[in-house]
Amino acid sequence: MAVDGIGAAVKRKEDFRFLTGRGNYTDDLARPGQAHAYVVRSQAAHATLGKIGTAKALKAPGVVAVFTGADLAADNIGGLPCGWGIKNKDGSAMHEPAHPVLAVGKVRHVGDPIAVVIAETLAQAKDAAELLDIDMKELPAVANMREALKPGAPVVHDGGSGNVCFDWHLGDADAVAAAFKKAHKVAKIDLVNNRLVANAMEPRAAVGEFDRATGEYTLYTTSQNPHVIRLLMGAFVLHIPESRLRVFAPDVGGGFGSKIYHYAEEAIVTWASAKVGRPVKWTAERSESFLSDAHGRDHVTHAELALDKDGKFLALKVDTLSNMGAYLSTFAPAIPTYLYATLLAGVYTTPAIYAEVKAIFTNTVPVDAYRGAGRPEAAFLLERLVDIAAAEMGMDRVEIRRRNFIPSNAFPYQTPVALQYDSGDYNATLEGALKLADYKGFEARRADAKKRGKLRGIGISTYVEACGIAPSNIAGALGARAGLYECANVRVHPTGSITLFTGCHSHGQGHETTYAQLIAERLGVGLDQIEVSHGDTNKIPFGMGTYGSRSLAVGGTAVVKALDKIVDKAKKIAAHLMEAAEADIEFKDGKFTVAGTDKAKTFGEIALTAYVPHNFPLDKLEPGLDETAFYDPKNFTFPGGAHICEVEIDPETGVTKVVNFTAVDDVGRVINPMIVEGQVHGGVAQGIGQALYENCVYDDNGQLRSGSYMDYQMPRADDLPSFKVATAITLCTHNPLGVKGVGEVGAIGSPPAVINAVVDALKDHGVRHIDMPASPQKIWGIINGNRRMAAE
Amino acid sequence: MPKVSMTVNGKNVSAEVEGRTLLVQLLREKLGMTGTHVGCDTSQCGACVVHVDGKSVKSCTMLAVQADGAKITTIEGLATGNDLHPMQAAFKEHHGLQCGFCTPGMVMSAVELAKHNSNPSEHEVREWLEGNICRCTGYHNIVKAVQAGAKAMAAAK
Ligand code: FES
Ligand code: FES
Repeated sequence: MAVDGIGAAVKRKEDFRFLTGRGNYTDDLARPGQAHAYVVRSQAAHATLGKIGTAKALKAPGVVAVFTGADLAADNIGGLPCGWGIKNKDGSAMHEPAHPVLAVGKVRHVGDPIAVVIAETLAQAKDAAELLDIDMKELPAVANMREALKPGAPVVHDGGSGNVCFDWHLGDADAVAAAFKKAHKVAKIDLVNNRLVANAMEPRAAVGEFDRATGEYTLYTTSQNPHVIRLLMGAFVLHIPESRLRVFAPDVGGGFGSKIYHYAEEAIVTWASAKVGRPVKWTAERSESFLSDAHGRDHVTHAELALDKDGKFLALKVDTLSNMGAYLSTFAPAIPTYLYATLLAGVYTTPAIYAEVKAIFTNTVPVDAYRGAGRPEAAFLLERLVDIAAAEMGMDRVEIRRRNFIPSNAFPYQTPVALQYDSGDYNATLEGALKLADYKGFEARRADAKKRGKLRGIGISTYVEACGIAPSNIAGALGARAGLYECANVRVHPTGSITLFTGCHSHGQGHETTYAQLIAERLGVGLDQIEVSHGDTNKIPFGMGTYGSRSLAVGGTAVVKALDKIVDKAKKIAAHLMEAAEADIEFKDGKFTVAGTDKAKTFGEIALTAYVPHNFPLDKLEPGLDETAFYDPKNFTFPGGAHICEVEIDPETGVTKVVNFTAVDDVGRVINPMIVEGQVHGGVAQGIGQALYENCVYDDNGQLRSGSYMDYQMPRADDLPSFKVATAITLCTHNPLGVKGVGEVGAIGSPPAVINAVVDALKDHGVRHIDMPASPQKIWGIINGNRRMAAE
Repeated sequence: MPKVSMTVNGKNVSAEVEGRTLLVQLLREKLGMTGTHVGCDTSQCGACVVHVDGKSVKSCTMLAVQADGAKITTIEGLATGNDLHPMQAAFKEHHGLQCGFCTPGMVMSAVELAKHNSNPSEHEVREWLEGNICRCTGYHNIVKAVQAGAKAMAAAK
């Protein structure tokens, strides 16, 4: 192994610039002559939108231009496209209403963009926005999904069947019905998966720039996938060919899904930059982020699990309402369907599963993927239901899981809900977690807490997820409107240094280090000789970006494939130089040797020869050493694991503290253990945040009640403990590195572990379930028999 | 427009600002020092923390005119050339950053803690950083980094 290669906890290459204030985030850009855009947003959740008078605003100091939906329409600008189509139960297409860049005729959620004011300074743009004359008439609004389904409810979009976007199902309803007839017991649950806001610490920003000389547009943007933005914005919205559109996502301060989508502001600044002949910059304020970044989760579910007399799961049926918000965000329809219902087997052998999912339009911000995307919703449902089943059966919570695990010798395992898991060992991760958490010693800790007047509980969750998104042919058959491969270009320079151009994008994941380790391992080159470039569509051949824990399983495999080609060609050059047969060339630790001789050439010598081809087989081989590979995965990858949470509740205040958290995950082969642990820490913190603190709340009129950090409780340093994390891996069987993915596991496995622990702590209070977030108010209500507070 | 003068990372600077201009806007927009970040509009996140006369301050919560005559240190002023300040080095060593957006504020807050307390407990670090939000790291490695950085700062004295 190279010292800095696979498995080494290498310190990150990217850290120096971030630690010294030299990061280059979109809002840090100051393009020559740039003007500032302020987006005027609806304060009503639902209203008709008439004429917008701009005359006064246009005369205000510093104002450069004011644009409305009418101006976009005059330029034939398209709506924001949705990248995934779902079919209803009867085979018909989902309701897919238009999503205008700036609202036309109607606004449909608080924050819906109405106009843009461009001025010399942001302050001037904001001042001028006050002078717009906007003719709006408020309409009744609906924010709650159950209300939205009632007859006579306000309709968000005309032209469909009420507020239903699609009515979809998966699985075998007859088999499930038959199994329920034979059931010894049925465990039931009604639950809410709370709406969340991703809240990457860097607010979204975009700068558009038009080059009059070349006719090229550049969009600098806070994106996880710049090529996807170029494709969607160029082809569907602005009608600019890729050849004249550059999208560059420089350093991005966290994404967690919220920076996947193509947003209105990107199109606005790009289009407006040509209109006003100057670069145009827009940066969200945090309160704007709450009103305009796609939200996550937001399910209401009823589920039932049938068990036989030994506690074996016979069948599962699930009925879910999923909130789409007011418009379809880029990947919204895929999240509660193919990233949720397909995971309902979990780690268990449940033979029959049937899920129905209704997606609903409401007068709220659009909902799309947020770290985990569908899989946390599935894991939460299953792991809560399994605990309830254990209680119904009078069985131990560990034992019921063990009894139903897919055994480690059953892989590849075909679930009844479409996925085929390639590898896993759920007993191994559970055993590892039980040990690391000192599960055996828990009752003593509970007794000790009791002496201190605290209620202590412990909760387990055992989960699997599907990531490494995604095999294009499968995704296509399920409604994806794009391919989901990845691209890597390995450019060896004449003096032997190397640049990797990757279509994935790093916004905290440490790709500049992890990918460099892959290259160091393979080519025997020092890390200081390797640079990783991402984010610029003018440099990188193509790419689908970073989400769904795909950067290593898909992006990393593309790097390996490109390296294969590099080594292949380098061997040919070495064979020529050393006058040997290609088959006799060996490559190890950066040296090419001829088997059975002491002849050797270094990697650097080969690189130089490739670019200075004086002694070179020019008749058979092109000069240069620069290879590109596209890799389309054969299957998803299936990380899994066991999370154990221990909480203490103060019955006086209802405050829950996580006192121990243990995660043992199977993420496949680990390239950099330091980075892997960091990813788990971050995911777990977000999962604990969902379980105990975070909640995005709308009132009945569609007003957002949690629109700032004063109201939306982000987990802070003093809310969390240090975590115990470890891995117990099995290798992915269908990619060359054996890697699975780690970006989302923390956020998937942890919420049910926390809530299972809270319910355990409250077991003497007759609680079966508590919805997230388990706030002090709810818990105090439960302890004190106050139903209203308990239900809040 | 009022004119303000101050030293930023040891250099004298002066600029004309509006009365409503925030210190962070002066730093980022007028002086082009973009290491200090803005993560919220309610003084909650701490991405904007700088030192004003040696004390950590949320620069989104102070008007530029209030900083007239002050000595400001930002994240750009901590390292000496390519040599990281001990607290910066500890963040790198302990993987106390991922996307890097909260990092300048975290490091500046941590440096002030270390000045008061060269051996902070985990609890003390977590309490101190309560005003700095990080969405990436779950704080686990930030806590380790701050403890190590505080010790290293004491040792370097
Ligand atoms: S920018 Fe959030 S506290 Fe200053
Ligand atoms: S490192 Fe991304 S917010 Fe802290």
